[in-house]
Amino acid sequence: MFDWPTFLFSLPLLGKALLITLQTSLLGNAFGFVIAILISSMQLAKMPLLRRLGGSYIFIFRGVPLLVQLLVIYYLAPMFGLPNLSPMVAAVMALSLCSGAYIAEILRGGLMAIPSGQSEAAHLLGMSRPAILLRIELPQAVQSTLPSLVNELVLLIKASALVSVVGLADLTRVAQNLASSDYLFFQHYLVLAGIYCLINIPLTMFGRRLERHLERSLA
Amino acid sequence: MSLSLSPTNAISAVPAENSKIAPIIHLSAVGKRFGKNQVLANIDLDVHHSEVVCLIGPSGSGKSTLLRCMAFLEEYDDGEIHIEGRLLGWEIDDRGHRKHAGRNRLNQARRNLGIVFQQFNLWPHMTALGNVTEALVRVRRLPRQEAEKKAMKALDKVGLSEKAKEYPARLSGGQQQRVAIARALAMEPKIMLFDEPTSALDPELVGEVLAVMKQLAQEGMTMVVVTHEMGFAAQVADSVVFLDQGSIVTRGTPNEVFRDTNHPRLRQFLQNYLDRNAFWHTTPEKTS
Ligand SMILES: Nc1ncnc2c1ncn2[C@@H]1O[C@H](COP(=O)(O)OP(=O)(O)OP(=O)(O)O)[C@@H](O)[C@H]1O
Ligand SMILES: [Mg+2]
Repeated sequence: MFDWPTFLFSLPLLGKALLITLQTSLLGNAFGFVIAILISSMQLAKMPLLRRLGGSYIFIFRGVPLLVQLLVIYYLAPMFGLPNLSPMVAAVMALSLCSGAYIAEILRGGLMAIPSGQSEAAHLLGMSRPAILLRIELPQAVQSTLPSLVNELVLLIKASALVSVVGLADLTRVAQNLASSDYLFFQHYLVLAGIYCLINIPLTMFGRRLERHLERSLA
Repeated sequence: MSLSLSPTNAISAVPAENSKIAPIIHLSAVGKRFGKNQVLANIDLDVHHSEVVCLIGPSGSGKSTLLRCMAFLEEYDDGEIHIEGRLLGWEIDDRGHRKHAGRNRLNQARRNLGIVFQQFNLWPHMTALGNVTEALVRVRRLPRQEAEKKAMKALDKVGLSEKAKEYPARLSGGQQQRVAIARALAMEPKIMLFDEPTSALDPELVGEVLAVMKQLAQEGMTMVVVTHEMGFAAQVADSVVFLDQGSIVTRGTPNEVFRDTNHPRLRQFLQNYLDRNAFWHTTPEKTS
């Protein structure tokens, strides 16, 4: 039933593809986090214009399916007579923009839960707005939303399966290629499912550890 | 037996020569509205160097708002507040209109102020030492080592150098408030503003915070203290200001204010306080 030689033969290919998947989703998550910091603090700003901009961003990037975002981004540059983005760049861009919206919503919740007196005290001591955000508010928001943030990363890794549409040789794309070359669909997709599942293990462990570490210092 | 507030006047009222030199805080005709609600009206108040002024008054009388105006945490609508001779928060432009002073100007004025709130407002993700060091590094731009040395000194001053490495959650309320005081003191302010610094504390923890404040007063710190601790006001204040419905009703030495019989509202306020705090017969024993 399970064709072991084929499996062993596919491993190096899948290994390479795994790196691509991890690279796109981790980069996407990292840039997404930076975007999220900007967007969530815009949403909590005093200026109505900033709030509206932040809100619109989330409305758009949370509302449009990631697959559609990928296609739009990938085919946008040629519209202006520019060369195509490389699949990798397009993929990371789409994942960053999309996860930015989701992470922003998570962070916003964490930021709002912080008593305003804390930033008032920092403000009175002369700290600048960015310093207050980075030193006082963000660490607490990250700590209190850590489970959701880790969850978001897990979701993003799974969602990154979609980047195969722009021709990036990620896990899903490579498994598809393998399957269509030897028609062992079930076997290749079973292995693919297994790999996605396994990626979660170290992530979840890392998340738990981080949580415990933070809890210990703050309890 | 009568339980009255007897000001001991350990620190005498403002020395006469002091009142001739310019006040360090000067409020003239300050007014503040929240929407249509006139919360402060026509407040005139001078605080001199090394003076301790206690603000008392019923709940909602505008004590916190007045204190917050002194730090420009609330924008006052009328009048002027000068800190060390400089207009606070506003700038007057060529046409005589006032506009917001720039960030730098405001920070310059605030440099002189240290503020302590009822809800300590410590940063829970930093140790006591971290809380005190943060602004020294980020704002004063001291190298970390130097900042920590300074912070330790401030913690020592409030009697907490041993708790430097603890997170706020592991400190008692009184200790947390002392850390908050140390955090303000480390920036070497000339004026300390306190808004009910002991109101969130269990009764048995109030004393340690008041002791620190008393010591500060004795060292000559200029202080404005919103408080319900009449004992503290009686012992430490140079002057007591009674605020009611957004106006200053009277101001004087603790002796004058606590024995004032001219202002019914003040009498009633003090009587309420005495009644609330009475645990003894406060009325003369009936003759039998
Ligand atoms: N941010 C605000 N917006 C609207 N109204 C406010 C605001 N802050 C205070 N007020 C109102 O201003 C009045 C004075 O409030 P303030 O907090 O200064 O009183 P207080 O003397 O400090 O009272 P307490 O002893 O209860 O602390 C109250 O009527 C209050 O409802
Ligand atoms: Mg108040």
